[in-house]
Amino acid sequence: MRISLQPRNDVSLNARIIISVIAALAAFALVAVPVSFAGVSPLTAYWLMFKGSFGSMFAFSETLTRATPLVLTGLAAAIAFRAKLWNIGAEGQLYAGALAAVGVGSGLLSLPGPLLIPAIILAGIIAGGLLMIVPALLKLRFGADEVVVTLLLNFIVILFVQMLIEGPIKDPLALGWPQSVPLADAAAFPKLFARMRVHGGLIIGLVAALILWITVSKTVLGFEIRAVGENKPAARFAGVPVNATVLKVALISGGLAGLAGVSEVAGVKGYLSADLSPGFGYSGIVVAMLAGLHPLGVVLAALFVAAVFVGADSMSRATGVSNYLADLVVALSLLCVLVGGFFLRYRLKFERGISPLQAGE
Amino acid sequence: MEILEILLTVNFWAAAIRIATPLIFGVLGALLCERAGVLNLGIEGIFTAGAMAGWMAVWMGCGLWTGVLVAALAGAIFGLLHAILTVVLGLSQHVSGIGITLLATSMGYFTYRTALPNVSTPPRIVPFQPLDIPVLSDIPFIGPVLFQQTALTLLAFVLVGVVAWLLYRTPLGLALRAVGDNPSSVEAQGLSVRGLRIGAVIAGSSLMALGGAFLTMSAFDAFFFGMVNGRGWICIALVVFASWQPGKALLGALLFGAFDAFQIRLQTEVGAFVPGQVFLMMPYLLSILALVLVARKADYPRSLLVPWFKGQR
Repeated sequence: MRISLQPRNDVSLNARIIISVIAALAAFALVAVPVSFAGVSPLTAYWLMFKGSFGSMFAFSETLTRATPLVLTGLAAAIAFRAKLWNIGAEGQLYAGALAAVGVGSGLLSLPGPLLIPAIILAGIIAGGLLMIVPALLKLRFGADEVVVTLLLNFIVILFVQMLIEGPIKDPLALGWPQSVPLADAAAFPKLFARMRVHGGLIIGLVAALILWITVSKTVLGFEIRAVGENKPAARFAGVPVNATVLKVALISGGLAGLAGVSEVAGVKGYLSADLSPGFGYSGIVVAMLAGLHPLGVVLAALFVAAVFVGADSMSRATGVSNYLADLVVALSLLCVLVGGFFLRYRLKFERGISPLQAGE
Repeated sequence: MEILEILLTVNFWAAAIRIATPLIFGVLGALLCERAGVLNLGIEGIFTAGAMAGWMAVWMGCGLWTGVLVAALAGAIFGLLHAILTVVLGLSQHVSGIGITLLATSMGYFTYRTALPNVSTPPRIVPFQPLDIPVLSDIPFIGPVLFQQTALTLLAFVLVGVVAWLLYRTPLGLALRAVGDNPSSVEAQGLSVRGLRIGAVIAGSSLMALGGAFLTMSAFDAFFFGMVNGRGWICIALVVFASWQPGKALLGALLFGAFDAFQIRLQTEVGAFVPGQVFLMMPYLLSILALVLVARKADYPRSLLVPWFKGQR
């Protein structure tokens, strides 16, 4: 028996979906080991996670609330990775967007409600987009690796936010807690259901996914992004404006992450604090990879990742197993889907015959 | 004037070297991986895993050096995983590295929380103590700066020499450098490209883990969440700054340590007028600046990020 690798040319949508589902299942299978070490039966833990994320209307609302920023950061990573622009800075861009939303929406501009919400959304998109333009320009102009720059910018932005919420924009009524002045009530996103936290940001995320899907599959820009991502010299040769495309992708990607920040401030918290995001930017990378960088897939993948986090919190309260379990599942899903990508690109072929190894026997 | 006088104190230089130590380990590790053609963005997580594993081993009753070995082993395991994904399967080094960071970090945190479910203050160990080497430690100025550090700091300095010797003075080093530049030439010599790359990533990852172990076993005596705080990413920037050379890597880490030690002291001088976060931002801004300054003329290993398959040109 002899095993060889053969490249595949045709990768169907179904195959991609199956690979992602298998990757998620494999992650759960692997995490069963540490769960057992923590002294709980994995099946019990997973059942509690499922109940905690989908078991009731309230649980489902929590999952959707958690999925909202993940849709947006997932889209941010998906569009950037398609162009091979490695934006690992969604976390910082999220905070930049949130900061802009608070800056515009907390009384600086006295706009009526229907205008205030579009104003903070626009401000957040611009702030996030501009923050991502910096590493994109440094890459194009100086050849500085955008991975490192975006990663380091995350730390800088969060420190900048801490500085502001302990200083100029600190809420004097917050009993000493470092948090910003609250957003005006008129700027808050409407809730979708009574007594549930899920809010209008979800609709924005779904619309963004739809627009992005149309953009990447049906427009010239979408073609240019794919061309730049697949082969820069060839794209340049074919007349694609490579640098302009990279900058556009940077703006869109950063803008989407900034929008996630607006959504968290205006939809959930109502103010800005340094713990606004428990790593939504980094989880967005996993979401994008699980989605195979497909904008509509991002919605499903975000729902999955959100369910893992919400479910793990609930499971943790019931069993005492650390909720870092969720981070483990998510990290392993990423690695498993990466391995799955290998099997999408290559077909294992089993040939009858004598392998060189067996020849001596 | 007072500010410049800081530069003449023993305390300042001793602190600079202390701050540089984890970076020396990290930069050397990243350098080994990248010289062989593999970017290892798992570094941030491997730091965390090393910090946790080394500390946990000592906390459970092992000796300090056993703890160091455990940390290195933890690094090696994540290195092996990264090597399988990027060298054997040829998958995206960027995504695999981020995945390793997420995995190693969450494994470190999960293990810590599982072993110590209900602690409010992190338990402490007895960490490495400053050395007292006869004669050397008593030299004025240089003695306290260089030789009253802990054994791990001296190990970092020794490793710079070892890595430089290995890379430039041994056949293995020649092959390692070639494998990151022109893997086909290595293959033509009958050496295993994959074997060399896998070995380099494992060794490099162990070094990264030692950087983490220094944090919990020498700089501090306990494990905290978020204690690595971007040090791994800073190392990735420093490797470019150092043009992938061990000597320059040492210099870069020391310069960085000196800047950081200086800003901490500056903070006590002018902290009343400038918010503390401005100073905390400095290391990250400095890293970006260093990267931008050298990036254009940086001589990247030519096969960095390029997977290699047998029989492929």
